[in-house]
Amino acid sequence: MESNDNIGLSCPMPLSDYPNVLLAHGGGGKLMHQLIEKIFAPAFASPELEVDHDGATLPFAGRRLVFTTDSYVVHPLFFPGGNIGTLAVNGTVNDLAMCGAEPLYLSAGFIVEEGFATESLWQIAQSMKKTADEAGVRIVTGDTKVVDRGKGHGLFINTAGVGAINHNLLINPKQICREDVIILNGDVGRHGIAIMAVREGLEFETTIESDCAPLAKTVMKLIGAGMEIHCMRDLTRGGLATSLVEIAETSGLHIGIEERSIPVRDQVRGACEILGFDPIYVANEGRFVAIVPEKDAARSLDIMRSDWPDACIIGKVTDKHRRLVTMKSIIGAERIVDMLSGEQLPRIC
Amino acid sequence: MKYLDEYRDPKAAARFVNEIARITTRPWTIMEICGGQTHAIIKHGIDQLLPEKITLLHGPGCPVCVTSVELIDKAVDIAARKEVIFCSFGDMLRVPGSSKDLLSIKAGGGDVRTVYSPLDTIKIARDNPTREVVFFAIGFETTAPANAALVRQASELNIPNLTVLVAQVLVPPAIAAILASPGNHVQAFLAAGHVCTVMGYTEYEPLAEKYKIPIVVTGFEPLDILQGIYMTTAQLEKGVARVENQYARVVKREGNIEAQKLMKEVFVIINRKWRGLGEIPNSGLGLSEKYLRFDAERRFGLTEHKVEESSMCISGLILQGQKKPYDCTAFGNICTPEHPLGATMVSSEGACAAYYRYRKANV
Repeated sequence: MESNDNIGLSCPMPLSDYPNVLLAHGGGGKLMHQLIEKIFAPAFASPELEVDHDGATLPFAGRRLVFTTDSYVVHPLFFPGGNIGTLAVNGTVNDLAMCGAEPLYLSAGFIVEEGFATESLWQIAQSMKKTADEAGVRIVTGDTKVVDRGKGHGLFINTAGVGAINHNLLINPKQICREDVIILNGDVGRHGIAIMAVREGLEFETTIESDCAPLAKTVMKLIGAGMEIHCMRDLTRGGLATSLVEIAETSGLHIGIEERSIPVRDQVRGACEILGFDPIYVANEGRFVAIVPEKDAARSLDIMRSDWPDACIIGKVTDKHRRLVTMKSIIGAERIVDMLSGEQLPRIC
Repeated sequence: MKYLDEYRDPKAAARFVNEIARITTRPWTIMEICGGQTHAIIKHGIDQLLPEKITLLHGPGCPVCVTSVELIDKAVDIAARKEVIFCSFGDMLRVPGSSKDLLSIKAGGGDVRTVYSPLDTIKIARDNPTREVVFFAIGFETTAPANAALVRQASELNIPNLTVLVAQVLVPPAIAAILASPGNHVQAFLAAGHVCTVMGYTEYEPLAEKYKIPIVVTGFEPLDILQGIYMTTAQLEKGVARVENQYARVVKREGNIEAQKLMKEVFVIINRKWRGLGEIPNSGLGLSEKYLRFDAERRFGLTEHKVEESSMCISGLILQGQKKPYDCTAFGNICTPEHPLGATMVSSEGACAAYYRYRKANV
C-alpha cells in the first residue's frame, strides 16, 4: 500500500532530527525549505504550486488571475518606517506584483490577543487603509478572532490578495535565460536592521527606518513600457542572497553578482559589522530584483530609477555553473552565495 | 564607510597580492589562529588571490567550535530547568551537545535568551528575582574581561540569582599544543588581533623564540590579513622568527592592563578540554576562589561526564592544521551546518562551516 505512505500515515521529516518546530524553521532559510518540501509540498501537490513563486497564477474566464497569501507576526508591532499593518498590505501587494499581476483585492484576518489596546488596533487599521489606497488595492473581506491573554503576542495579521494579469508575459524563475541582467531597486538590509534595533534595544546615532514600500506601481510601469521581464522576486525573509539562490535553483542556471555594486547604507553596514551579519541575508520589505534580457536592461533601469533613484544592475545570469549563485568579493575573488540554515545569529566576537 | 572601506580597497589589495607573490620563493604554511580571520579569508576569497606556494591553515580560534560537548551538555541541562533563564551569545545556541542544542531547549519551552553584552544579564536577574539567571561565559581572552566584569558587578551588587557557566579558553597554550604535536607543519602564525588587544603580545615572544616561528599580530579586514601574510612571508623568506604587530592601530605590546587586572581578579588558569583537540594544560579560565559562589556548575550540582566525539569527524586534525575540510569524507554530506558532526562545522567561524557556505562546489 505505497499510496498510503504518500498520503501521510508517517511523517516524512526525520523525527530524530526535529521532533519540534524551531524558530529557525520560519527563518526563510534551508530549514524552512525542508519543512515546505517534506510536509506541505507533497500534501498539497498541484501544478500551480510547482512553479515555486510568490503566488499562484490561475486561469479564469480566458484571463489569468494571481492569488497569494501571507501572515504577519512581526514584533515589535510598530517600528521606524511602518507597522504590522503597512507590512501586511505591502507584503501581499508585492507578492502579487512579483507575479506580474495588478493587485486588486485583499482580505485581512486579525488574530488579536485579549488585552490589546484598541487605540493601537485603530492606528494599525488606519495605516492599512492608507497603504492600500497608495497601492491601489481595496480590502474587501476580513475576519477577527480574539485569543486568550498570553497566546497571541499582541496581534497577528493574515492577508490574502487577488490580482489580474493584463499582459502575455510569463514571469517566474523558469523563464530566466543566459545573459539576462539582474536589476535591484535600492539599498538592502534596512527593514531587518530597523526591526532588530527596536526589538533588541540597539541604539544608533540616527534611527534606521524600514524600507517597507509598495512595489506594484514600478512593476506596472515596467510591464506597460513593454519590458520583457523574465522573473521578479521581492527580497523579504532571507534577503537578497536567499531570493537569488531560490531563483538559481529553480531555473537551473548560474547567477553571478558583484558585492561592490550592491547598495547598503552606512548605518546598516555598521550595524551588520557589529552583529556579525551579512547585509545580503537581512530582510527587506520594499526591495525587489527584476531579471530582464540584456536588450531591455538600460530602459528597465531608467524606469526603475524614476521610482527608486538607487536602482542598479548587480549582476547577470550565465550558464557557467548549474543552480548556483556566486559573488565577486570586494577585493576581486569569487565565492559561493549559499542559503543560510536558519536565521543569522549575532556573533560572539 | 569610514575606517572600513580603506581596509577593503581592491587596488591596495592587489598591490599586497603582487608584493606577496614577488617575495615568495618557497612553499610556506601559515596558520591564522582566529575564527574571525578564517571567516574573512573565505568570505573575501583572500586565499584564492595568494600565490600557490602559500597555504593558509585554519586554526582552533573559534570559541563556539572548541567548547567541549560536555560543557554544551551542561548548558543544555541547566537551560532545560524550569526555574532557569539561560542567557548566551547568539551563535552558541545552535551548537549541538551529545543529544540536543540550546535552540531545541528553547523550542521545547525553555527560557533561553540571546544577549549582546554579559552585563545585560544583571538587569534580567534583577527583573526576575524568583528565577535563576545563568550566563554562558564563553570566548577567548577577547570576551574574558567583559565576562569578568559581569561576575564582579554581580558580586558588588550582591545579586543572589545570577551564576555563570564558564567555558573561557586561552590562545597561547593552543598554539604551543599545535607546535608541539608530532605531525605539525605550521611554519608561521597570524595571531588574533582582538585577543592581543586585551593581552598584548609579550606571551607570544617566548613561543616565537622556542619554536623558531614568525608570529604576526593581525587584524580582520582584507588588507589587514594580506599585510599580515606579507609580513609573515617576509620573515619566513629571510629566515627570521619574531613577533611583529600588523594591527598596531589597535594593539599595544602590553595590551590592556586594566582588563588584564580584572581577569586576574575574577578568573584562575585551569586545564580545559577542547572539542576536537582534547585536554590542553593551562588553556582555560575558571572562577577564582573569591567568586566561586557564582559558579553555575556548583549551584546546580552538575557532575562530570564524558562524551565520545564522532569517530568520522576529523575536526581535531583540521583545528591543528593537519587536514583541510575537503579531506573529510563526511564533509557536505553527512556533516552540514544543519547537522554538524564536529567542532568546525558548528559556528560560522568554523573552517568547515566557512568552506561549506562559501565553497561547497569548486568555483
